[in-house]
Amino acid sequence: MSSGLYNTHKVDFDTTLDLTRLKPYGDTMNDGKVQTSFTLPVKDDERGEEAARQIAKKMGLEEPNVAYHAALDKEFTFYVVYGSCVHSVNYEDIHVITVESDVMSMEETNDYIRENIGRKVVMVGASTGTDAHTVGIDAIMNRKGFAGHYGVERYEMVEAYNLGSQVPNEEFIKKAVELNADALLVSQTVTQKDVHIQNLTNLIELLEAEGLRDRFVVICGGPRITHELAKELGFDAGFGAGKYGDDVASFVVTEMVKRGMK
Amino acid sequence: MESKLGLNLELVEKARASAKRVAEDTQNFIDQHTTVTVERAVCRLLGIDGVNEMDVPMPNVLVDHLLAVGVLPMGAAWTIGNAMLETGLDPQGVAEAIDRGELDLSKVPAHDDAAVREAVAPYVKATIERINTNVAGRNDFLKEFGDKEGAYLYVIVATGNIYEDITQAKAAAKQGADIIAVIRTTGQSLLDYVPYGATTEGFGGTYATQENFRLMREALDEVGREQGRYIRLCNYCSGLCMPEIAAMGALERLDVMLNDALYGILFRDINMQRTIVDQYFSRVINGYAGVIINTGEDNYLTTDDAVTSAHTVLASQFLNEAFAKSAGMREEQMGLGHAFEMDPEVENAFVMELAQAQMAREIFPKAPLKYMPPTKFMTGNVFRGHIQDALFNMVTVLTGQKLHLLGMMTEAIHTPFMSDRALAIENAQYIFRTMKDLGSELIYKEDGIIRNRANEVLTKATDLLVEIEQLGLFTTIEKGIFADVKRPKDGGKGLNGVVVKDEKHFNPFIEEMKGKVAAE
Repeated sequence: MSSGLYNTHKVDFDTTLDLTRLKPYGDTMNDGKVQTSFTLPVKDDERGEEAARQIAKKMGLEEPNVAYHAALDKEFTFYVVYGSCVHSVNYEDIHVITVESDVMSMEETNDYIRENIGRKVVMVGASTGTDAHTVGIDAIMNRKGFAGHYGVERYEMVEAYNLGSQVPNEEFIKKAVELNADALLVSQTVTQKDVHIQNLTNLIELLEAEGLRDRFVVICGGPRITHELAKELGFDAGFGAGKYGDDVASFVVTEMVKRGMK
Repeated sequence: MESKLGLNLELVEKARASAKRVAEDTQNFIDQHTTVTVERAVCRLLGIDGVNEMDVPMPNVLVDHLLAVGVLPMGAAWTIGNAMLETGLDPQGVAEAIDRGELDLSKVPAHDDAAVREAVAPYVKATIERINTNVAGRNDFLKEFGDKEGAYLYVIVATGNIYEDITQAKAAAKQGADIIAVIRTTGQSLLDYVPYGATTEGFGGTYATQENFRLMREALDEVGREQGRYIRLCNYCSGLCMPEIAAMGALERLDVMLNDALYGILFRDINMQRTIVDQYFSRVINGYAGVIINTGEDNYLTTDDAVTSAHTVLASQFLNEAFAKSAGMREEQMGLGHAFEMDPEVENAFVMELAQAQMAREIFPKAPLKYMPPTKFMTGNVFRGHIQDALFNMVTVLTGQKLHLLGMMTEAIHTPFMSDRALAIENAQYIFRTMKDLGSELIYKEDGIIRNRANEVLTKATDLLVEIEQLGLFTTIEKGIFADVKRPKDGGKGLNGVVVKDEKHFNPFIEEMKGKVAAE
């Protein structure tokens, strides 16, 4: 190993934390250490290793260390590379749009609905378009919920309808109107070639075309969904990985009250 | 095999007997009905192929016509044979004449039944011979290279582009994969036709087309010869075209096919009458083509809880076994499914998984069980994910699972990179090598967690099957007993493609194939 291991080099950078120049942390402040792995479509030899090193440098990694390389096929090689990132960011300047609602427990949400809305809230969910995955919508809606967070079907003050997977947007909207929904929950798991963006955009366009956009709280979720993306696409909120039924329910009910929906 | 679990064999018998009666009861319904895709599969097996100017597959052109003019109950074989006698055309010619609007099969005078059968017989024979040749080809490969002992390493490719899939599949085969499954594009299961030709666009997978099957088969044979191993090819029968895809699989020598009696109903909202009729013919075809079917019980655990619903998996395995037997399939072809899907936060989750995998092994001793990796609790933490997959690999080597679908550390992030697959294979090979005989060294203590868990699951599954037997299969599904999913008997997709057979109806391929395996 040429570098990294048993490193006795004197640290030649400032080791005080400066949030205006934030860098990755390995074991020393501002060392910039990152790990990365990738495959190059070339054979496994010294030349390939050098190519990996140069790729790492272009990614902004100083002193890249190709810790491991192995052939995946005659003309494909896998590399694990460590290095020190030269880039930094100004953390002080970063502002992220997040869902701004306090997450309430199931009972708190039920109480909140009783006090502020005074009737059951109707939530209609589906995995729409061609997406066949129900794991996301099930995690939010099924009674059992996920990872200890109950799904909205379990909420006494929520009337929940899970329409399942591969529901066309047109049908989804039709059903939502029929059920007199307050909130639409859309799950998108498949994101290959940005198919989810097209589908989500299409839903909002259809709602707007039919003059229904303001009638519902419209929410999307999925592993690749961020709140920022959701807002950009015209949704009221977006929920990514690690968000559960209680996050969604809390947002829906507070948003309803905010918008005076009764 | 000596039981490590002290399973109550009387319960096993009882459960199996209940499942058998459920299947027999359902078989009466199956025997009275046919569907559009069953008849399209007959068209395909009679050699009807290609698409018309509007890109409609010719089997659809013909069967849509049968439905439109009201003769679908007589079936494709009879109506085509009758038209052949009248016109002198071959089956493809009949389909093309219909497409041009020159032929109305409801207006062709009825010929003698025996003559109709004789007319289609040469086409039936040609297809049977083609399948025989395919199966003999597989047998030759296996004779030359030998078959793998222990678990088959099963990986998926899912680029959307068949040519890119081939690159990935070949690399995976060289890394040690034994089965390559080409995941289908999302949404294909709900198409009431099979797309045509080589395809390069798909989402989350690649269209199952006969040409794509052929291209991948050719590529895997090539890399298999290079590696001195037979590389098996897998695709999906599930959806609205079960028997047609089974037919394509038989024609292009696929080795493994997903084929569950209930999956389409529960997870794709396909009408239950439709699926139950479709799965029968598809399994007859799979059986004859020497295909190992994979059943989809693993899916129950992605929607339902793996700890509390384990017995529904076992009950469904018994039903899938019974339905496969009804279709004449051998136990050695029944890749009954289950999965390692318990929450890593649950204490003794691994111990329970081990108990259930051993239980499945002992209850279905001849079945090449399909074991699915963790997916539900894969989080994007690739480092923990790799360990979850390692634990899953351990269960397989300890309990002798056969079709081992490799878990990917990047599950829940993206369809596998080439490197993800290589790391998964390395993980499995390491564990299979260093723990090869650990299973035979272990016995499980009496009244311990493992024995008790297995017997508890068996007891609940038996009770459930007794209940299903009383309710009948259709009512059971209507009540949402499987996977917490309720489906009405007349709901879902594809019901309008189900008809009661006319007395003239015959399916020459069921007659030729059922209960047999080609090239034997």
